[in-house]
Amino acid sequence: MALKLLSDAEKVFILHGVKDDFRCDGRTRQEYRPIEVETEIVSNASGSARVRLANTDILVGVKTEIDTPSPTKPNEGKLEFFVDCSANATPAFEGRGGEELATEISNTLSKAYLCETVFDLQSLCILPGQQCWKLYVDILILECGGNLFDGVSLAVKSAIYNTKVPRIASATIDGGVVDLQLSDDPYDFQTLDVSSAPVLVTLTKIGERCVVDPTAEEEACSLVSVVLAVTEKGRCVTTLVRGEGSLHEDTLIDMLKVGTSLGIEMNKALKAALKLEQSKGENKERFGFLK
Amino acid sequence: MMAENVCINVAYQRTTFTVPISQPTPRIYTPGEVISPHAGFIVSHGTYIDGDYLKASVAGVKEQVDKLVYVRPLKNRYNGEIGDVVVGRVTEVQQKRWKVDTNSRLDSNLLISSMNLPGGELRRRSVEDEKMMRKFLQEGDLISAEVQNVFDDGSLSLHTRSLKYGKLSQGILLTVFPSLIRRRKNHFHDLHCGASIILGNNGFIWISPTINTEVEGGAGGFTQNLDKEVSMEEREVMARLRNCILALAASKMSLYDTSIVYAFEESQKYKVSELLDAENMLDVALMTYHRLESQEET
Repeated sequence: MALKLLSDAEKVFILHGVKDDFRCDGRTRQEYRPIEVETEIVSNASGSARVRLANTDILVGVKTEIDTPSPTKPNEGKLEFFVDCSANATPAFEGRGGEELATEISNTLSKAYLCETVFDLQSLCILPGQQCWKLYVDILILECGGNLFDGVSLAVKSAIYNTKVPRIASATIDGGVVDLQLSDDPYDFQTLDVSSAPVLVTLTKIGERCVVDPTAEEEACSLVSVVLAVTEKGRCVTTLVRGEGSLHEDTLIDMLKVGTSLGIEMNKALKAALKLEQSKGENKERFGFLK
Repeated sequence: MMAENVCINVAYQRTTFTVPISQPTPRIYTPGEVISPHAGFIVSHGTYIDGDYLKASVAGVKEQVDKLVYVRPLKNRYNGEIGDVVVGRVTEVQQKRWKVDTNSRLDSNLLISSMNLPGGELRRRSVEDEKMMRKFLQEGDLISAEVQNVFDDGSLSLHTRSLKYGKLSQGILLTVFPSLIRRRKNHFHDLHCGASIILGNNGFIWISPTINTEVEGGAGGFTQNLDKEVSMEEREVMARLRNCILALAASKMSLYDTSIVYAFEESQKYKVSELLDAENMLDVALMTYHRLESQEET
């Protein structure tokens, strides 16, 4: 990823700040910046959400489509992640510049959602071995202000929470041809259970200590970071080490501990926010980007 | 709903940054909007002629001087003027010059001949100096400088021929809209609270711990003390200043020494990290606004 250019003196300042547990904006090492979530923001997607984490802006849309299940997993639906790094976010994403980062994010998400205790793909099955729902999760990175992974995972979880899968009125097989009848009522839909879906927590090692939710400047001071996928119950589903630095065993264990406890907190806060959003009902005012 | 470390808000409870304005809001033109039906005006910045109409090419406010019509954009890059104090970041080292990012459309130039080299005022710049350029300033370094000249294409030529300009050491850089910086006689301030700020006309603001000039010889050097640790008190003051300036900028309030000091004082009831919350930011901006207003009346 494109790193911000910083002078040595600025880096020293950030480093000492992290050491003293008082960062440039007054946060402690384990404090997140205020996050804002909005669901139901793209009207022609089945589910959508936008997350703003200080200067990081992420828009996620979910599309549902009917597909045939893979032969090895006939009882499961499909879930696909696609990340698009807009060149609006940083000029480094121009052309194919953002591709590597995009693949990294989508691979991490697919790995995190793969586990069956995390997300029930069987609920997306229509006719075993014949038809299933496929969810296309499209992630658009609009602005890049540090800590992309965490923001993306929050947005993905909110968008899947918001996704409305049409109910199937009847499904029959007639001589090998599948006949599906979707419900006529647009308000007749099923929602997906995301209560055990993970969020990603990135711990960035700056100097000897690790911080969460780094700003773009802080990311430039770090050599290595660890991304954890943590569920609400505190289970760590996936880990990913980014950057070229190395980690000591003790540091890693310490990071896992901190990350897990923060992941639980994140999941709780997101759940509360999503409930609040849902309580507003169908006709809530859309804020989007303009206000 | 406020968790200890994580705080997730929902959009409909969003705080909108508005401070009361005493003047009526001017009419804002959007790009492509017709300004006047007759093309009998002189076309200037932010406008173009399309058929019989004069149209706006940027979003902004119409200004008119006799037959000259232009649109002053709401948001724009920095347009330099001679004598402006700017803060910039070196992006490239070239032969005889550095390229500096100053938030303008084009990178600015800092010629090796328009800076004070270490070791005396009157010294010829030799070939050796040119070879040592990266020793003085390298990519990523921050400098404060003054605009010496503006070229035809709008790019700037900078100089640092005064002891108050030069390489910046430890501190925090902020970026705001250039239009928010109020033009003053002095853009270098040593605030009472224990930090110094440089309000660059280009919208780059530098916050640093106050340096005792008598002991350490001014900011205009090229020496950096990377071993020095900024004390906790100074760090807190700097972080608070940073958040206050961002709070004012979010409410589109103009930035100068008085407004910043007032915001700093009004923010004391909050913890530094609480100032990241939109609601508290607005509160600080409003309090500052009222204090400035009441002062203007008396």
